[in-house]
Amino acid sequence: MIGNVRRNTELGLLVLGTMFVVGAYVLTTLPDDSPIPNTTGPFLAIIVGLPLLAHLAVRRLAPQADGMLLPLASLLNGLGYVFIVRIDEARASPDGLAGLQSIWMILGVGAFIATLMIVRDVRMLERYRYTAGFVGIVLLLLPLVPVLGRTINGSKIWVSIGPVNFQPGEFAKLALAVFFAGYLWEKRELLAINRAYGPFSLPDPKHLGPVLLAWGASLVVMVSERDLGSSLLFFTLFLVLIWVATERASYLAVGVALFAGGAVFAFNAFGHVQERVDVWFDPWGKDQGFQVVQAAFAMADGGVSGTGLALGSPTKIPVVESDMIFAAIGEELGLLGATAVLIAYLLMIGAGLRIAQQAARGFERLLAVGLTTLLGFQAFIIMAGVTRLLPLTGVTLPFISYGGSSLLANYVLLALLLRISNDSAERQSEALAAQSMTEVGA
Amino acid sequence: MSKQIRNIGVFLVVCYAALFFQVNRLTVFQADELKDNPANNREVERDFSSPRGSIITADGTVVARSVPSNDRFKLQREYPTGELFAHVTGYFAFELGATGLERSYNDELAGRTIDFDLQELRDLFVDRERVGDLTLTMRNDVQTVARQELGQREGSVVAVDPRNGEILALWSFPSYDPNALATHDFNAAEQASNLLNADPEKPILARSYQDNFFPGSTFKIVTAAAGVERGGVTEDQPDYPARQAYQPVGAGGRPVGRPIGNFGGATCGGTLFPIMQASCNSAFAEMGAEDAGADAMTDTAQAFGFNQDVPIDLPRPAGSAFPAASEFENDSPKLAQASIGQNDVRATPLQMALVAAAVANGGEVMTPHVVREVRDDQGEVVDRIPDDDVWTRAMDSGTADLLRQGMIAVVQDGTASRLDNGLEGFEVGGKTGTAQIGSSDSSHAWIIGFAGPPGEAPSVAVAVIVEAQPGVSEQTGGRVAAPIAAAVMRQALQQPAAPSVQESGDSDSGGEQ
Repeated sequence: MIGNVRRNTELGLLVLGTMFVVGAYVLTTLPDDSPIPNTTGPFLAIIVGLPLLAHLAVRRLAPQADGMLLPLASLLNGLGYVFIVRIDEARASPDGLAGLQSIWMILGVGAFIATLMIVRDVRMLERYRYTAGFVGIVLLLLPLVPVLGRTINGSKIWVSIGPVNFQPGEFAKLALAVFFAGYLWEKRELLAINRAYGPFSLPDPKHLGPVLLAWGASLVVMVSERDLGSSLLFFTLFLVLIWVATERASYLAVGVALFAGGAVFAFNAFGHVQERVDVWFDPWGKDQGFQVVQAAFAMADGGVSGTGLALGSPTKIPVVESDMIFAAIGEELGLLGATAVLIAYLLMIGAGLRIAQQAARGFERLLAVGLTTLLGFQAFIIMAGVTRLLPLTGVTLPFISYGGSSLLANYVLLALLLRISNDSAERQSEALAAQSMTEVGA
Repeated sequence: MSKQIRNIGVFLVVCYAALFFQVNRLTVFQADELKDNPANNREVERDFSSPRGSIITADGTVVARSVPSNDRFKLQREYPTGELFAHVTGYFAFELGATGLERSYNDELAGRTIDFDLQELRDLFVDRERVGDLTLTMRNDVQTVARQELGQREGSVVAVDPRNGEILALWSFPSYDPNALATHDFNAAEQASNLLNADPEKPILARSYQDNFFPGSTFKIVTAAAGVERGGVTEDQPDYPARQAYQPVGAGGRPVGRPIGNFGGATCGGTLFPIMQASCNSAFAEMGAEDAGADAMTDTAQAFGFNQDVPIDLPRPAGSAFPAASEFENDSPKLAQASIGQNDVRATPLQMALVAAAVANGGEVMTPHVVREVRDDQGEVVDRIPDDDVWTRAMDSGTADLLRQGMIAVVQDGTASRLDNGLEGFEVGGKTGTAQIGSSDSSHAWIIGFAGPPGEAPSVAVAVIVEAQPGVSEQTGGRVAAPIAAAVMRQALQQPAAPSVQESGDSDSGGEQ
C-alpha cells in the first residue's frame, strides 16, 4: 500500500525534475545555433532514461522505500550535468567533460541498481563492519602508495590504475560510515559509561582506544594527503555517530576540544593550512585567493535572478566544473537558483534523517544518520568554501560536481538509504498486518 | 537517540541558513561592491566583445565607433576624430576602464537600458543588433573652429545654446588621442596612459568642465545680478564715484584691508552700464560689498549654479565655488574681492558659459547636456534627452533683460569690442575678464558672451579662457579671448549642415583628420 503511494510520488517528482532539466538543457544549447545539436539525442536518453531506469529498479528492489530522495538526487544530477555541458562547450578547447560525465552518470545509476540488488538486507553490512573498516583504511591509504598515488591540484587523493583515475576517499567514507555505525552500535553501552573527573564526566579511556585510533589514522592520512575538506567531513561523521550512539553530550565536548586542538596544531604545523586560513580572511589580490574571488564576482554578477543559463561567464573560475560549480549556479541562476539547490539538499537531509528516525534497529539508524551527514555536510562544506563562509577545501558537491568517484559513491549512498527505508517500511507493514490479523482474530 | 538525530537536523538547518545568508550577501548586498572591485573585469570584458553603438555629432560626424578586429575581442573601439572629441567621448579601454560618454552612457551604447528591453519585446522576431547610437548636441564644425582658434594655448572654449542647454562646443587644450588608450595592445595602452598621467599639463583632464579657475571680471555679471535684485541697483542708480580704488570698510565705517584698485591704475565710475563697459573694479567691489551684501552675493552665486552639483551628462564634472555668506562676517575685504571674481571664487569654463546663457535666456539656466538622443541600429529614437529642463533660475527675467542690454553695451563700446568681429547683423553681448594669478603679472584671459539675430533670443552663449602663461603678462580677455569667442559664435550661428544618415560602420564618414 504505502509502497505504491511512494512509488507514484517518486515517479511524479521525477517527471517534474526531468522536465526542468530538459528545459534547462534546451535553454543552454539552443540560443547559439538554431539547428538541433547532434548531442541532443544521447542527452535526452541519459536525462530521461536514467532516472526512469533507477525508478523501475526501486519499484522492483525496494518498493516501499522513501519516494523523495531519488527525484531530488536526479534533479541535482541533471542540473549539474547541464552546467557541465555548458561549461565544457564554453571552453576554448572542450575536454569532452560532458561525454565523460554522461558515462559516470550511467555507471552511477548502475552502481545504484547493483547496490540495491546486492545489499538485500542492511544487516549484511553490519556483519562485515570490521571488513568495512579495514577496506576504508586501505582505500584511504591507497593514494600514498608510491606507484598508484597521484597528486592533482595539490591534493594527493588520486589513484591511477591504467588509464583510470579515481578518488578512493569517496568510497572510503562509505566504508568508514558502515564501520563506525556497526562498531559504535556494538560498543555503545561500554562507551556510554562515563567516569567523573572532578566536575566533568568523561568516557572511560579504555573503550575509546580503537575509535581514537581509527579517527586519528584517518585524520593523519587526510593531513598528509592535504585533503582538509574530507578531514573535516570524517571528523564530523565520527563525532555525530558516537554522540547519537551513546547519547552522551560529553563526547561532543571532547570532540570539539579535540577539533580545536587539532586545528590550532595544523595551523601552526602546516604551511598549506595557514595559507588556506590566510586566504579565507583576505583573498583579495592573492594568487591562492583567485578562485574564491572569481566565485564571488560570478555570484555578484548573478544577482537575484541570475544572468540566465549560458549567459554568464563561469569559465573564468578555475575548476568550476567540480569544486566551484556552486558559483556557476549562483551566477547563471542567481540567488533564486542557488537557494533552490540549498533547499534540495535540505530536503534530502530531511528525508535521510526521517529514514533514520523510522529505522527500527540501532545499526540502521546509525548508518542512516551517518550517510545523511556525509551527504548534507559535504555539500555544506564545499558550498561554504565557495561562498567564503568557511575556508575553501576541495571536496565535490554531491550529485552536481563533475567526477566519477564522487558520483558513483553518492549513488551507492543513495541506494543504501533507500534500502534502509524500504526495510523499515516493510517491517512496519508486516507489524500492521500482524496487528490487524490479531484484531480480526479477536 | 531520536533527540540526537533531531538535533543533527537542527544543526544542519543552521548550517544551511548561514549558507543562505552568505549567498544573499554575495548576490545582492555586496554585489555592487564586488562589481566595482578593481580586480573584477567581468563587465568590461563582456562589454568589450559585444557590439556597441557609435557616437555621432549633430552635424553627422562619427566620433566613436566599433570596427571588427581580428583578435579575441572581435571588436575594436575607434575614435576617427582623435583628440578633437576626446574630452567628450572619453575612451573605452580594457584595463583602464571607460571615461567620458563611454562611461556615462555605457548602458545606452551597449543597448542595455529599459527602453531597449521594451523594444526587444516588440521586435521579438526581428533580428537586430541591440546597440544604441548617441547623437550629440555638439557640432563638429563649431568644435573644429574652437580648436583652431585656441591653437596651442592652454585653455578652454565652451559654446552652449542658451535656450535649451545643448552644448555646441566643449574644447580644451591640451587634449589626447583616445585611440592610444583603447588599443588592444595593452602594453602600449599602459605606456600611453603612464605618459599622459605624467604630463604636468594633464591632457586627460577636461579643463572645460573638470577644472575650475578664478573667473575674474566675468564674475561681475553675477555681482550685477545680485546688485539689481537685492541691492537696489538700476540702470541709473547708484552712480559710483570715479576713483582709482575702492577701500573696503568694516564696522562703524572704519577702513579695513587693502584698497581694491582698477586694472592698470585707471580711474572709473558711473552707473551700471558704464561700469560694465569699463569693467570697473572699484565700483563692482562696492556694489558687492555694500549694496548687495554677503547674503545676496552668496545666494545669487548659488542661483547661477555655484556650489551646486553640475547636472551635465558627462562623468565627474567639477563644481564652481563661491564662499558661504558666513565667511564674509567681519571680513568685508574678502567680500569686495569675491565680488570681482577673486579670492576664493572658482568657476569652470562651462559654468561661465552658463552665466552668459542665463542672461541670454531670461534668467533661466537650462540643464547642460551633450547628448541629444539615443537611437537604435535602425535609426529609431529610443530615448531623447529633454531640452526643456531648467537646472536653476539665476535671476528674474527683468534683471536678465537689463544685464543683456548692459553686455551688449560692453561689446558696442567697451572692453569686449572685439567680440562682434564678423558678427555684423547680430546682437552680441559680452563681458571680459582678466584674472590675475596671485601677485604675478600673468593672468587668465576670459570672455563670456552671447549672440543671436536682433530681437530674438540669443542662440549661442560662449565662455573662453586662455590660461595664464608664464612670461606672458598683461594678456587681457578683450584682446586675447574675444577673437576666439567671436569666431566660435560665428560658426555656431551658421545653420548647421543637415546631418547625413550614416551607417556606424561606414568608414568614409566626414570629419576625419
